[in-house]
Amino acid sequence: MDERVTRSSREARASVAGACGGDVADASVPVAVRDLTKSYGAVTAVDHISFKLEQGTTVALLGGNGAGKTTTIAMLLGLVMPSSGEVRVFGEDISRNRGAVAQRMNFQSPYVDLPARLTVKQNLTVYAGLYGVGNVSERIAYIAEDLQIVPLLDRPTGKLSAGQKTRVGLAKALLNAPELLLLDEPTASLDPDTADWIRRKLKQYAESRGATLLFASHNMAEVERLAGRVILLDAGRIIEDGTPASLIATYGKETLEEVFLDVVRGRARQPLERPEGEALPARKAS
Amino acid sequence: MSTPSPQASGALPILLPPTGLRASLRRIAALVKRYIYLLRSSGVRLVELIYWPFLQMLTWGFLQKYLAQTSSPLAQGAGVLIGSVLLWDILFRSNIGFSTTFIEEMWSRNLGNLLTSPLHPFELVAALSAWSVIRLLVSMVPVAVCAYVFFGFNLLDLGLPLVAFFAVLVLTSWSLGLISAGVILRYGLGAEELAWSLAFLLLPLCCVYYPVSVLPDWLQPVALALPPTHVFEGMRSILLHHTFDVKELWWAAGLNVVYLVAGYLTFSWFLGSARENGTLVQLGE
Repeated sequence: MDERVTRSSREARASVAGACGGDVADASVPVAVRDLTKSYGAVTAVDHISFKLEQGTTVALLGGNGAGKTTTIAMLLGLVMPSSGEVRVFGEDISRNRGAVAQRMNFQSPYVDLPARLTVKQNLTVYAGLYGVGNVSERIAYIAEDLQIVPLLDRPTGKLSAGQKTRVGLAKALLNAPELLLLDEPTASLDPDTADWIRRKLKQYAESRGATLLFASHNMAEVERLAGRVILLDAGRIIEDGTPASLIATYGKETLEEVFLDVVRGRARQPLERPEGEALPARKAS
Repeated sequence: MSTPSPQASGALPILLPPTGLRASLRRIAALVKRYIYLLRSSGVRLVELIYWPFLQMLTWGFLQKYLAQTSSPLAQGAGVLIGSVLLWDILFRSNIGFSTTFIEEMWSRNLGNLLTSPLHPFELVAALSAWSVIRLLVSMVPVAVCAYVFFGFNLLDLGLPLVAFFAVLVLTSWSLGLISAGVILRYGLGAEELAWSLAFLLLPLCCVYYPVSVLPDWLQPVALALPPTHVFEGMRSILLHHTFDVKELWWAAGLNVVYLVAGYLTFSWFLGSARENGTLVQLGE
């Protein structure tokens, strides 16, 4: 096994263990999650997870349906209240003081739309106002050019194709040039060409801005292409945390997809925080 | 030639301070702008705003005219019915404006974007309130003009108290809107019917078309605990007896403060509950 890869995997796991300690209120850390749990009655969607994201990194939350990816992102956004544990964004407790950091982050999901009757330009103008963008016209013009949506600006958002809507959603998400960008399945239901274009833009943005990206995905190619680090979730718990290469090596597989299939089919290694020898929890029904 | 700064070229945004009154007003204005864009996008919506109040005014106006020809002096009294209809419509339309604008965010699956933006829930409420007044003026001003043209009823004859009546009714409508928005937020669009029907709960109790004295003794305190009751009593007093009791108005204003605080607390509680139960993630689905 490649020693470099093995070391990388060990380091990643050590960093997860270390995330439980340290100063989670550090304002220079984009995201610090400690012992985070979300339960809906008897169902535990997210189960005592801890991790930190460093500035300028791109991290994928990977897992099957019901693994807890969307719930985790929703808690980072303040849309869902944790049952216990702590979420800090730039050092602020997101459930208590979201307003202090909301301008420094943004979000895109195919499951949330922009108002269909408004034109693209109108939508971007409204969100520029909400995010406190001062140079509205210049910023919209620049982003429209960059994301190739200039011809769409005067069209109603509801009349766009899925690919066009994704680009417009991304334009909204980049209006404030967020230091932290959260994405839920950023290329879901897009054709391979458009999906590839979106990934390229996201990579370009993260590199040029030094932004931190956290995205949930089922798409292994996307994860391998974009993410420098993968947090693998199963039944609400962190199973693995490492670089794509380190995970492939740890599981002795050829591709990340094979690793993913091992995990979702219950053939995973022991989860990181679990003491050796303890069985995996039963999988939830999707 | 000098290169423009990243902010001047739009490559980077100029980010204005996110906290303070100016930031709040800016976000409220941005959201109101969104509602203006929405109204401008559809002529049908604009017509619909005026259509129902206009029909109501016509129907009750003709009834008033008929009663004036055939019935008691009380019924003939200077446009009491049409005045009641117009004032009731202020309450009802303002409430509908608040609630349906909120529902619109859920229909369009936009609430997730709004609630993850720097917009504070209080600013969302303020924008909905401001927009409900704008909508109300768009729908009621032409109808009030028509009431004067067709039936000679001049709403402005109510004088200065009209401004106070307007304020009391609009504030009550916001309290109702906050409650229905909270319930819909928590229980989803299945509870949408509440937005349309909640105001009607007040219709028999706040004595729109008859005096409080008509109600059974035990129901009268309930009616008097509702701010609009004092408006309708006040309107009848002005139109029939040409007197106006300012105490009624203070009473209504005090009650409104209580109802508004209760409405906002209810909305906040339901929003918190929606966050606890994860329903904000499934909105619109």
